[in-house]
Amino acid sequence: MNKYENDITHIRQMMERSSTFISLSGLSGVGAGLVALVGCLLTFYILGEHQIDYFDGKPNYYSYQVIMQLAGVASATLILAIASGIYFTVQKSKKLGFPLWSSATRNTVNAASFPLVIGGLFCIIVTWHHLFYLVAPCMLIFYGLALVSASKYTHKDIYYLGVFELVLGIFATIFVGYGLVFWGIGFGILHIIYGILIHQKYK
Amino acid sequence: MKDIDISNINKDFESRVRLGIMSILMVNEWVNFNDMKQMLELSDGNLSSHTTALENKHYLEVRKAFVGKKPETSYRATVEGKLSFQKHVEALAALIGKV
Repeated sequence: MNKYENDITHIRQMMERSSTFISLSGLSGVGAGLVALVGCLLTFYILGEHQIDYFDGKPNYYSYQVIMQLAGVASATLILAIASGIYFTVQKSKKLGFPLWSSATRNTVNAASFPLVIGGLFCIIVTWHHLFYLVAPCMLIFYGLALVSASKYTHKDIYYLGVFELVLGIFATIFVGYGLVFWGIGFGILHIIYGILIHQKYK
Repeated sequence: MKDIDISNINKDFESRVRLGIMSILMVNEWVNFNDMKQMLELSDGNLSSHTTALENKHYLEVRKAFVGKKPETSYRATVEGKLSFQKHVEALAALIGKV
């Protein structure tokens, strides 16, 4: 009889492992979070240097130079965060001896990329309208949606991370002007906390 | 005690490897040879002998395609394969639950 029970367990395990993106590493979150915090601090510094009050929550006309500096910080943050995410996930996949680019990985990436691409475009357009104070809330909201949609194919904990990001995004939209603070909490601190939790849970 | 119908226990799925192959194909569309091999931790020969057996029973279909210059073999469960496996799993569950 034990054999049948083992069979059922084996079936369940194989179904779950093969359809879930289990290589997603918690350290990826920690890395991305640290990068985000540094990016956030740099942004504060740049705004301070140019004596811009980000917190006034009004449509601002920043100089070309400021925009270029901010865009530079933003791109560097994005690239480094993605690179750290990929690096730790590749390591985890090697450790597990599981294929990295499986159908589960593809599903996860597909589910996340739709809201992310639309969100990215939206944020660029928002910037184009000089509504800089809306960029941070928009990023939080679209990122939250991406996580919720990707959570179907990976650790379920990602769903709640997504919900937290959405809540922060909504608050950031209400308290216009504090976007950068909410952004730092959402992309920096939440990533680090969640990364550690996931790392502990799926060692 | 109610008699248990064990006629649904399918001999074709008795090996661990075949259980694994069918489980993976129940929840994924096309799965290529290398991914399958890694997930089940098998050797080439071992995996291909079992997939051939399952293919001969029409439980799965095989697709051979070229990715760049490399040939790639992928597998998908047929409708018949999915139904038979489903019955097998139900029979297993019944056996565990009722004894």
